[in-house]
This record gives sequence, structure tokens and C-alpha cells, in this order.
Amino acid sequence: MCYLYVEVHSVISIPPRLIHRGQASVYDTGCVMATPRADDWSWFPALALGVSFLKCILINAYHSTDFEVHRNWLAITHSLPVSKWYHENTSEWTLDYPPLFAWFEYSLSHVAQHFDKEMLVVQNLLYTSPATILFQRLSVIVTDIVFIYAVKECCRSVREEKGSKDLLGHPFFILAALLLWNFGLLIVDHIHFQYNGFLFGILLLSVARHLQGRHLEGALLFTVLLNLKHIYLYIAPAYGIFLLRSYCFTEDNTDGSVRWSSFSPVRLVALGSIVISVGALSFGPFIAMGQLPQVLSRLFPFKRGLCHAYWAPNVWALYNMVDKALSVLGVRLKLLDVAKLPKASMTGGLVQEFQHSILPSVSPSITLICTLLSIMPAVLSIWCRPRGARGFLRCLVVCALGSFMFGWHVHEKAILMAILPFSILAVESREDAGIFLMLTTTGHYSLFPLLFTAAELPIKVLLMLLFTLYSFTSLKKLFRGSLLNPLETTYLLGLVAVEILCEVVYPLSPWQHTMPFVPLLVTSVYCSLGVCYSFIRLYVSLLRQHGTDKHKQL
Amino acid sequence: MENWSLVSICVLFGLTARWAVSLNSYSGAGKPPMFGDYEAQRHWQEVTYNLPVHEWYFNTTDNNLNYWGLDYPPLTAYHSLLCAHVAKLINPDWVELHASRGHESYGHKLFMRATVLVADLLIYIPAVVLYSFYLSEGSNKKKVCTVLCILLYPGLILIDYGHFQYNSISLGLALWGVVVLGLGWDVLGSLAFVLSLNYKQMELYHSLPFFCYLLGKCFKQGLAGRGLFLLVKIAVTVLVTFALCWLPFLSDPGQILQVVHRLFPVGRGLFEDKVANTWCSLNVLIKIKTILSTDTQLYISLTTTLLAILPSSIKLLMKPTLWQFKLALVNSSLAFFLFSFQVHEKSILLPALPVCLLLNDLPLPAIWFLQASTFSMLPLFLKDGLLVPYVVTSLAFLFFSIYLLSALEHCSEDKLRLGPYRRLLICMPRMDLGRVTKWKFYFSITAMAGLSFMSVALAPPAQLPDLFPLLVSVFSYLHFLGLLLYFNIVQIAEPPQSVRKNQKKSN
Repeated sequence: MCYLYVEVHSVISIPPRLIHRGQASVYDTGCVMATPRADDWSWFPALALGVSFLKCILINAYHSTDFEVHRNWLAITHSLPVSKWYHENTSEWTLDYPPLFAWFEYSLSHVAQHFDKEMLVVQNLLYTSPATILFQRLSVIVTDIVFIYAVKECCRSVREEKGSKDLLGHPFFILAALLLWNFGLLIVDHIHFQYNGFLFGILLLSVARHLQGRHLEGALLFTVLLNLKHIYLYIAPAYGIFLLRSYCFTEDNTDGSVRWSSFSPVRLVALGSIVISVGALSFGPFIAMGQLPQVLSRLFPFKRGLCHAYWAPNVWALYNMVDKALSVLGVRLKLLDVAKLPKASMTGGLVQEFQHSILPSVSPSITLICTLLSIMPAVLSIWCRPRGARGFLRCLVVCALGSFMFGWHVHEKAILMAILPFSILAVESREDAGIFLMLTTTGHYSLFPLLFTAAELPIKVLLMLLFTLYSFTSLKKLFRGSLLNPLETTYLLGLVAVEILCEVVYPLSPWQHTMPFVPLLVTSVYCSLGVCYSFIRLYVSLLRQHGTDKHKQL
Repeated sequence: MENWSLVSICVLFGLTARWAVSLNSYSGAGKPPMFGDYEAQRHWQEVTYNLPVHEWYFNTTDNNLNYWGLDYPPLTAYHSLLCAHVAKLINPDWVELHASRGHESYGHKLFMRATVLVADLLIYIPAVVLYSFYLSEGSNKKKVCTVLCILLYPGLILIDYGHFQYNSISLGLALWGVVVLGLGWDVLGSLAFVLSLNYKQMELYHSLPFFCYLLGKCFKQGLAGRGLFLLVKIAVTVLVTFALCWLPFLSDPGQILQVVHRLFPVGRGLFEDKVANTWCSLNVLIKIKTILSTDTQLYISLTTTLLAILPSSIKLLMKPTLWQFKLALVNSSLAFFLFSFQVHEKSILLPALPVCLLLNDLPLPAIWFLQASTFSMLPLFLKDGLLVPYVVTSLAFLFFSIYLLSALEHCSEDKLRLGPYRRLLICMPRMDLGRVTKWKFYFSITAMAGLSFMSVALAPPAQLPDLFPLLVSVFSYLHFLGLLLYFNIVQIAEPPQSVRKNQKKSN
């Protein structure tokens, strides 16, 4: 049946892009096998080992409070019974990840005790012995093996154009380099300190499984991921609709719309049982102990403000900026009374609510509605006209980016959720490559304030240059030609000016003491323009594809 | 991808590695009263900034030579002065006379590290890129790989960015000399080398090959005609450069003598600490340092050094080609390191530079030597708290160089130029010497790993507190001695056909 489908399509010469669902894997693996160097993967360990060495050499670099957060979680899971995990609050950094992540920390703590037992004591706040640092850093580097494996699987699923002789020009090589050497992941995980590599590994592995047509595995991996870190709920709509539409319904009508009669209850039950069993494994014990409300209150702390201390470059950053500009203008024009304005300490450093003076304040429910509205067209598009796993991947990126643009209390790090999966699309189509360059460069630059220490300044600049230079030259070579228009190029070059202004010129100026928040504000607003632009272009590409598909069907 | 982007990526990667290492500790961090080389460099900034030139090398009330007195040639002093002016702009406390002694702070460390990076970026790295692109053979990709491997050599990174020194300046200038000579500009090449010699007197290790190469070239052109003209041009360049470097000290012969005395402290004995050279290793068996007088030691070391560098120098004089020149640089500097007087463990960087230039031609021996040289400085790295960067950079260098230069695939007898050994070992049973070398390499790397582990993890027995440093230096010494023999044999023996052809092309 599956081969028949491929044949029918190839007979009526519809581009392979339109073949979807299970058929995608037949196409993909066949294609990779056809390339000359498909069996020679010796470059892959080299690339992976190379970046691992880089990670190791950063062991003694600066680490943020997230280091202490994870040390505290190691201590909590190691020394307390399960029933106390979500009640413990000696440290202000309470456990606020889902239970599977707590179990992950629990298993790490058994290795940790061989390095330094003291780090596993809950009362040892801010404990940083050399052995603790070594262990925690190594734990990130070692669990990145999941990421490396996932990248390999993604590279295997990449579509190959006509084989070029040069290894460096192959899409799978470029994809591997873009993912393994991703600037954002390097600085967030290996300098700032988090476990994103391992988590994104699971996400990418799940995406790769979908690209290979192994949907149940993909669903299982994603459910596990959700139970490790609930921020991935943002992309759950893409998963839900895709699996429902393209997995539970086995056939389409000739115009591509859903054939209701082809609904497969068995597949739905299979999916459902995966989701429920993983959820039960993770949350079950806490439900049994009657702690579910407590766990949920830890997972979703709505007490935090609209924006993080440093505004993530999204719509709300622009919104805040407009509000601030209006209020300053109002005061200048004597339309507003300064005394009546709420004291808006702009980017103070602590998580706090930013009060708008002119524009209406934004509540969590509004952000939720905006987010849902922003992802709705993409989700509807894969329901009406599924374009296989790649259509799903595009939808996933839109969901990630949409929630980044409109979400409540978004961290700048969340941009990686869009950048990493998008890399796969970027090596396959010229248009996506252009959007990718815009999005990654601005998104990565917006991570700069994460590392504010002077000693790490050269590292972040060098690594950023390294990654940006590689992504530009490799994608340009892959698609033989420039990928950005002059306006976009100018905008990206403007980032250099912003960097020099914010980190070199401004600190030397007298305003540094009176208005220290300006560099962060400028960075965030400038970057949000680029991210918004990429979001819009991504949407246009998605809807245009939708349109052309419809056109072709007619 | 275009070459320029690949090279930029390699350079950026090299710079990232350098800066990442520089986040670690430096020599003498938080260890009063003497601190370490970091404080020495800072102190020189303080001295050169605050005192008049004629007091720099003299013991005065404001200049206590026993506390890190200036003992490098004038260019180092000028460089310190330049850095001091920048330091003064940023924070005057850093170079305050007397008051700044032992100054340590986050900002100051950053400043010092940045000066190393700037010097490296301006001098050493461009020279490496130029060398790889203009003077090494192979495809463009191979050249890029050579750039990356040379830039990742751990010894130089760890000493300059970890321990703290400015070797990238002296070595970089010497490399500029090699590159420019290789491109055929003899006058500029000698200029670069004289500058390097005036930055660090240890560059004397490289001086004989430079001299022989240039003299040999003059001979080749005929001492009666163009050769003589060339010789005069070079001699004038050298003398003028020297004079310019020493200009402030020329007015008074006492000044010159004092500087020379500071540069060559004969009184400090045959060797200090544990060095992987002949005298330190021999000292395990015979206590030469105590049974011989200083004069005898000086005499013996001078004779043996001269004997050891003679063959390679004569060969270079007869045949001044780039290939011979590179090998002579290795042989001369390694002979100096093994046999000369007052050698520091860090001086192994001097032979390591020309060995880096051989990475493309003789990958396995070069990698082996470079790894051994890094390993020989292990006790120093441990003292400075550089264990993690030592392990990581060593592993990374080994991996990248073996993978990118396919070192383990190119080790047939012919490629490794083991022909002469075959003739020497005529009575031995026939075996594949290439394979034997490979196994020796594996064994030696394993032993280095084992010794490194033991140095870190095990406590030495009470009666032998220096057991591990001594083992490290003797083990490295055996490598250096073996490789000195090997490189000498390679130089003396005629190169195979392929190399000769290429040399004709480059000449």
C-alpha cells in the first residue's frame, strides 16, 4: 500500500515534498543511501568530539545562579523522600520542573556523591567546590550524548539534492555543524549552565523519528520530554494536531482534506496509552500522595511578571518600549503628571512586574489568547493540508516562535526552541535558509546579556562570530548565492553597532550610572524587530505553501 | 567553502580555545611574597613606567633586582612600557611604583590576558596562516588543517594563556623570519629574527640555523659577486636593527655590560628544578651539579651543545633550502635545550615551534614530539592549577591533529623516512618499521596518560617527594633524545624524490 502510494505520486509527478506520513521515510532513507559518502560517517564523531572538547575547556568559565538551582535539586532529590521534593523550600530555587526531571537529578546525584558529598546537602547553599563544578559541568557534557545521537538521526533524515563531491557542501554535514556547534546551546548550557542539550536531544530525536515515519516512538519521546520540562507544552499543539490528523487518520481525500472514514481507533488508543502511561509514571506518585496541586503550583508560577528581568526580544518588549516612549513623551509635553505615573523600574535585575503607564496592562490570560491566536493558522494549516513530517516541523517552529513572541514571562533562552528544529528546514530550502539566518543571528545575539561578566565577553563574541560566519558561508555555498536582501544585511550589520554601543561605548559614558538599563533595553528592542520580522516571514512562507498546494490540487 | 572563511573559522576557534584557557589560574596566583611569572610581567610594567631607562637593569633603591628584576632584552622592556601606558589609562593602581607590588584583581587579570591575546593576534597567528598557505604543500583543505593544528598546539597556549608569558611574540617574530625567508626576502627575514632575538634571548637557540641559512645562500650566489652584496646587506640590517633596539643603552658601556650580565646569569647553575634535558636526567645517576665546578659545567655544556648542533648546521650551510632550514631549526634548538646551560622547562617551546612547521611533512613524529613537549611541562601546569585545561587541550590536539592530518595512515617506512634506520638495523630481523613506530607511539601516549594520572592522583613516597616530576622529565627526555636523533638523520639523509621535486618548485 505504501509503495503503491509513492508510485501513484511519482507517476503523476507531484514533487516529493508533497508525499507525507509513512511514505516520507521511504523517500528519505533511499535518498541518503544514494549519496556517495553516506556510509562514511567518520567526520561525525570528529565534529561531535571537537565541540565536546570546547565544552570541557569552558569548565572553569562563569556560571549563573542556574548552577546553584541544579545543585539544590541534586541535594533535594538525593537527601529527601519523594513526598518532600515539591514542598522543600530551604533555597529560594525550589524544584519547579516536572517529576521526570527530578528523577533525572536523583539518578545524577548517585554519581555526584562520588565527586563531593557536600554538594548533596540541602543546607549548603551556593556550594561550589572544584569537584562540584567539575561534576555538574561534566554531567551536562556527558548527557549531551543524547543530543549528539539525535543530531545524527536528524542528519540521516535530511533530503539530499544532487550529490556534490565536497563533504563540507553536503546538507547533512552543514546540519550537523549547525546543530552541534549551535552558539546558543553552547553558551546557555556550558557557560550559563542548564541541561538544554539533553532536552533538545530528546526533542530532535522525536522530530527525527517523525521524519523517519516512526510516529509512535516520536510521540513517546515527546511525552517523556514534556515530563522533563514543561516549557515544551508550547509546541504540544503541533504534535497533537499532527499525530491526530496524519497518524490517526490513515488516508486523505484526493484534494488533500481529511477522509473521516479512515479514522483508526487503534492508533488513537496506542497514542493515548503512551501519553497516559508516561504521565502516570511521572505524576502518578504525586497524585497518589495528593500533592498534585502543590506540584502544579510549582510548575506554573504566575506570580512572575510579564517580562523577565531582561526582556526577551518579543512583542512585549516592543509593547513596553512603546509604552515607555509614550510616557516620556507625555511628561515632556506636560500631558502627564510625573507623580501619578507608576514607578516603573525598567530592567531592575529581579523578577518583577513592569507597570505600564499609558498602554493597558497585559494579563496572563491575554498573553495566552495572543499565543493561541498566533499559532492557530499554522495548526489549522497542518490539519487541512498536511504536508507530512516537514509540514509538521514547520508548524512546530511556528508554535515555538509564536509562544516566544506572545508568551507570559518568556526567557530569552526559549528562542532555541525555534532555532534548533528550524535548522533542519534551513538546509533543505533556500527561502528557509534566509529566514534561518535572520532568526538565528538576532536570536543568538539576544542571548548576549546572559553573559554579562567581562571575562566571558571575548568568548561570547568569538563563538558568535564562529557560528555566524559558518552558518552564512555554508548556507550561501549550499544554495549558491546570497540569501538575504540588502535591508536584512544592513539590519544584521546593525547588531555589530549595537554590540559596540552597548558593551564598549556606553559603559564608558556618564549615563552608565544614571541609566544603567539602556543597553539591555536597546538590545532587546533591536533584536525583537528581527525576531518579529523572521516570525512574519516564516508565517508568509507557511501560508504561501498552503496556497500553492491548494492551487496545485485545483 | 572559500578558503578565507575556513581559515577565519580556524583562527576564531584557536582564539576561543586561547581565551577559554585564560579563564583559568596563572602562575603564582595568590602566593605571596614572590608570586610568579604573572607578577614578574606586571612588575616590569611598573619598573619601566616609573623609572628612567638607565635604571631598568640596575639594582637601585627603587629597583630591587632580587624581586623579579628585568632579565629579558630591551624589546621586552619596551613592550612592558607600552602595556604600562595602557594600564595607567585604565587603572593607575596597577603600575604604581612599590604600592602595586603583588597586585591581583579580576580586572587586572583580564587586562594582562588581553595583552597576550592582542600580541598573539597581531604577531603569531598571521605568521602561522601565512606559513601554512605559502610554504606548506598540499590541497587548500590540508593547509587549513595545518593552520588549525598549529594553532591548537597546547604547550604554547598553556604557557602563554595559563602560566602567563609572551612567548607568542618571540616565537611569532621568529616565525615571521622563517616565513619571510621562505618567500625569498632575506633582509626582512633577518630583521624579523633580530627583533625576536631582542625580545627574548632564548631565541639564540634558533640563531645558528638562521645564520647558516643566510650564509649558505650567500655562498651559493658566489662570495665574489652578488653573494657578497647580499651578505653586506644582511649584516648591515642586523647591526642597524640591534643598534636601534639597544639605542638607549649605547651611550654607556657599563649599561651594555649590565644588560648582558642580566640576560645571561651564568651563576645560576647548570639547571633549575626538573628539566627534561641531559643534565637533569644524568643527575639522577651522577650528581654532576655537586661534583663539578660551575666553570667545568659551563665548559662541558658548551662543548656538547656545539657538537650536537654541528652536523645539522654544516648540512644547512652546504644546502640552504627551506626543508633543510626547518629541520636545522628543530635540531639546533632541541640540541640547545638538551645540552646547554641554564635551561628552563618552558624552553621546550623553542624546538616546538619549528616542529609545528613539520606537522604537514612528518605528521606522526611532529605530533609525538609536540605531545611529549606539553607533557614535559606537566609539573609546572599542576603547580599553576592548570590540570583541566592541560588534559582537555592535550586530548583535543592529539585528536584533531591525528584525524585532520591522517597521521596514523601516513606512517609507512617511506613516509616516515626510516630508510637510514633500515640500513643501521641490517642485522635485525625484518619487520615493518612504520608499524613498530606506530606501536611505540601508542605505548608512549598511554604511558604519558598513566604518568599524568599518577602525578595527579597518587601521593609520592615520603623519601622521594620529587618522584613524579622526575619520572616525567626523564620520560620526556628519552623522547626528545630519540627525536633529536631522528630529525638529524632525516636532515642528513637525502630527501626522497617527491620532496626534492617540490623544493625545486619552491626555489
